[in-house]
Amino acid sequence: MNYLLQQLVNGVSLGAIYGLIAIGYTMVYGIIGMINFAHGEIYMIGAFVSLIAFLALGVAGVTYVPLALLLVLVIAMIFTAVYGWAVERIAYRPLRSSFRLAPLISAIGMSIFLQNYVQLLQGARVKALQPVVEGGITLATGDFPVRVSFLQIFILAITFVLMAGFSYVIAATPLGRAQRAVEQDATMAALLGVDVDRTISLTFVIGAVLAAVAGMMVLLYYGVIDFYIGFEAGIKAFTAAVLGGIGSLAGAMLGGLLIGLIEALWSGYASVEYKDVMVFVVLILVLIFRPSGLFGRPEVEKV
Amino acid sequence: MSTPLLEVQHLTMRFGGLTAVDDLSFTAREREITALIGPNGAGKTTVFNCLTGFYRPSAGTMILHRGGRKYQLERMEGHRVARIAGVARTFQNIRLFVGMTLLENLIVAQHDELMRASMFSVAGLFGFSPYRRAEKAAVQKARYWLDRLELTASADLPAGGLSYGDRRRLEIARAMCTGPTLLCLDEPAAGLNPRESDRLNELLLSIRDQHRIGLLLIEHDMKVVMGISDHVVVLDYGKKIADGKPVEIQHDPAVIRAYLGEPEPSFETEPSASPRDEDR
Amino acid sequence: MTAEAGVAAPHRALPKSFAWGALVKDAAIGAAVALVLAVPLVGFRVVEINGDVTLTTRFTWVGIGVVSVFVGRLALGLWRGSRPAERKRSGALVAPLSRFGRRHATGVAWAGIGFAAILQFLPFTTRGTVDLATEILTYVMLGWGLNVVVGLAGLLDLGYVAFYAVGAYSFAITATTFGLSFWEALPIAGLLSALAGILLGFPVLRLRGDYLAIVTLGFGEIIHILLQNWTSLTGGPNGIGNIPRPGLFGLVFAASAPPGETTFHQFFGLDFSPSQRIDFLYYVVLALALIVNLFTLRLRRLPIGRAWEALREDEIACRALGINPTNVKLSAFAIGAMLGGFAGAFFATRQGFISPESFTFVESATILAIVVLGGMGSQMGVVLAAMVLVLLPELRFLAEYRMLIFGAAMVLIMIWRPGGLLSHRAPTILLHGARRP
Ligand SMILES: Nc1ncnc2c1ncn2[C@@H]1O[C@H](COP(=O)(O)OP(=O)(O)OP(=O)(O)O)[C@@H](O)[C@H]1O
Ligand SMILES: [Mg+2]
Repeated sequence: MNYLLQQLVNGVSLGAIYGLIAIGYTMVYGIIGMINFAHGEIYMIGAFVSLIAFLALGVAGVTYVPLALLLVLVIAMIFTAVYGWAVERIAYRPLRSSFRLAPLISAIGMSIFLQNYVQLLQGARVKALQPVVEGGITLATGDFPVRVSFLQIFILAITFVLMAGFSYVIAATPLGRAQRAVEQDATMAALLGVDVDRTISLTFVIGAVLAAVAGMMVLLYYGVIDFYIGFEAGIKAFTAAVLGGIGSLAGAMLGGLLIGLIEALWSGYASVEYKDVMVFVVLILVLIFRPSGLFGRPEVEKV
Repeated sequence: MSTPLLEVQHLTMRFGGLTAVDDLSFTAREREITALIGPNGAGKTTVFNCLTGFYRPSAGTMILHRGGRKYQLERMEGHRVARIAGVARTFQNIRLFVGMTLLENLIVAQHDELMRASMFSVAGLFGFSPYRRAEKAAVQKARYWLDRLELTASADLPAGGLSYGDRRRLEIARAMCTGPTLLCLDEPAAGLNPRESDRLNELLLSIRDQHRIGLLLIEHDMKVVMGISDHVVVLDYGKKIADGKPVEIQHDPAVIRAYLGEPEPSFETEPSASPRDEDR
Repeated sequence: MTAEAGVAAPHRALPKSFAWGALVKDAAIGAAVALVLAVPLVGFRVVEINGDVTLTTRFTWVGIGVVSVFVGRLALGLWRGSRPAERKRSGALVAPLSRFGRRHATGVAWAGIGFAAILQFLPFTTRGTVDLATEILTYVMLGWGLNVVVGLAGLLDLGYVAFYAVGAYSFAITATTFGLSFWEALPIAGLLSALAGILLGFPVLRLRGDYLAIVTLGFGEIIHILLQNWTSLTGGPNGIGNIPRPGLFGLVFAASAPPGETTFHQFFGLDFSPSQRIDFLYYVVLALALIVNLFTLRLRRLPIGRAWEALREDEIACRALGINPTNVKLSAFAIGAMLGGFAGAFFATRQGFISPESFTFVESATILAIVVLGGMGSQMGVVLAAMVLVLLPELRFLAEYRMLIFGAAMVLIMIWRPGGLLSHRAPTILLHGARRP
């Protein structure tokens, strides 16, 4: 029982991270209808920028942990956002009117490029960071104690705050309205005075900001990163987005949690080796039996 | 009066809260041109999409008679509607294979026959003669339609390079190459100049008479509608508001109200195409 | 950093008249963005010294990167501004090459085949050259196989390596456990790969195209994980060794023959030399590649091939013409998978040993890059791209940057020359005879 509880706690923390990345996929898919294959790489870059920021702050002598966390969060968000913006500007915007496969191929090219860019610049070896946030609360004692670490609480709290914030942005601000307008019909939105380019750019920036947060958290959570983490996390987060219903923010979050739980429970009870296979199997099953996901609207193609 | 070809009964299509087609019933007959008219957004294209299996109707039946058999179109997938029931269509926003040549467009339309002749590619790979004969026949058929539409000279050029009017006509030729029993045309005269439009009328009439099939025609150009159709069905907000011979329709008060909201329309001054059809 | 310069490539038509102010401003913005991009990842490097993780800096690199972006954008702006009227974006270098290739397609093809056939006997050819040529031809085969799926049918398959792996492993397993020879096990490998293609394709091919891309990506990973963990079948990370080599009509290539068999050199009264086997393998892959080429060219001219292309152009129109899109896609997928399987079987027999390491996403990406750079749907383009992609890493100083360059090239090609290096579509059938357009 306690073991199960512990796995659930771990799964939820992991799921929050996936959910944050999934939001980037879902928003971009919603607005320009393509899978941003480079999004996983943006998250990886977020993790690297966080690591470098932590180390730089260490050198600069910032030792008060909450301050360091805050600074790193802000730094990671800013720099990663510029990466997200640049990716859209360079690899996708010129292709908006190109043939169907062009943006997808460009996206996969971008993903390969960024992965190798980071590998060449930072080396292929796994990078480790000393634990920054330590300690936690013991929920249950016994022969198998259940612990929630402060880090896990931090992750959930930040995720919750960001989710609330962005849901508000999407629901109630001009940006959100522009976004939904472009989603429905970009040409029409442009005619009505919505700056489509800017709206799409901002969507990428928001996605990148959330991915940066996820990157920072995964760095803190596992303490190790390498240039390859974006690939797997990307597929998992995309699965989460599809599971939740592509285009839906709440769906992405819920999908992320489910994927996190599946992963934690599968590793806990079945086999660690096949945990990734499990996620793909979920993806394929969802696509076959409920392609619109949990919260998505069924798609009727316009003829 | 000829035999019924298509019987639509109580057809209803809802999108969320919007009822695009509302309890529509009508009959199209063999060797007749049935026109489906109505203001923009009336639900005409949606009817086509239901007929050709692109949308699954919310309610209603559509029965097609072909070779003494009945096909329930609402139960068939789109590609089977075309292949088995023989319903061919064109699209309001023309859908050609723009990278392929005119001839190739017309050959692709004969895919089913050729596929069987090539024994699912086995015979084709080795160039067996039954396949080569079938391919020759397919080219003959394509050539016949290219000749009819005076597109033969461009046969080996990509379809994307054609003028707007030629594209519309090629799309009709492509639909005819499938050997249909019912040909559904979605605004074939849109964007054509008056001369082209007249030639289109002749073409449609000759298809009706020589190929002995039924035509279902969505059209805004009243000259075309009144000039060639045998039977007109008028839709407004998804509902049928009139059904009858062109002359009857022309003087139907409900139709006049739907179209102009004012008395006595003069159908001759109706714009030859609604402006928003021009795009792409 | 040259990579940075590539990243900042703009895409906007500049005003026709020369506006220096705008140009400089544009370049300055580019440089500023490059600065922000470069500072964290280029400016700092995470290093481990005696188990301690710290940072080193390389701000000169950042400076070089920013300056080159500024200069690069300025130059690009000037170049664009100087040729306002005929703004031909396709590379001035590639276009004539492409035109030449189109006009003399048959001639070039025969010359290429002739050259490949006598490669062994050319004076400068060494064992290394033959090895390289064999590798190129393997990629050419893979490229032609994937070309059916991506180039003709327009389905983005990001896990093509899965079928390559299925081919290699099913060949290795059938050959080692049932003692089948190369020529007997080859068709089995192809069939099993096609089967894998159908099994994967059946559920997912009715989905939207981009979902297919991610599912195939996932499938590639699944196969990789299976290869690594299903030890009883695949040998896990250790792989499978002692895979039999192909023979020539029962003649084996070895120093001495196993009992009851004859060696090649004995039969022909030659001295034994290991290069005989290498040469023979080269001819095997050349023959296989030519067969694949003939096969795919032929398919393209059949109804099935035309349906593939039609489907790529417009799926909705296909349905309205009575074509079942799922079946058509499935056939492309299965045939692509089968060709990948053949290539995998050849790879296994050539190496004599296979392990999961050879079947990673990098491999899928390389094959996709070959197809994309070569020009989707172009047979000759694939050959050219395969040569570039195999030979590029041979230049030592470039080897490290291989994938970086592929990735950047895929983006740039999509932007500047989406048809690939050699983009030209020949009609599959002509009404007006063989008149060349
Ligand atoms: N896939 C869809 N999803 C939601 N609404 C749809 C869909 N297809 C059509 N509609 C709606 O159904 C209504 C009827 O549209 P339809 O295209 O059938 O009109 P139409 O009579 O063909 O008009 P026009 O003459 O302008 O072509 C419109 O309000 C349209 O917005
Ligand atoms: Mg319409």
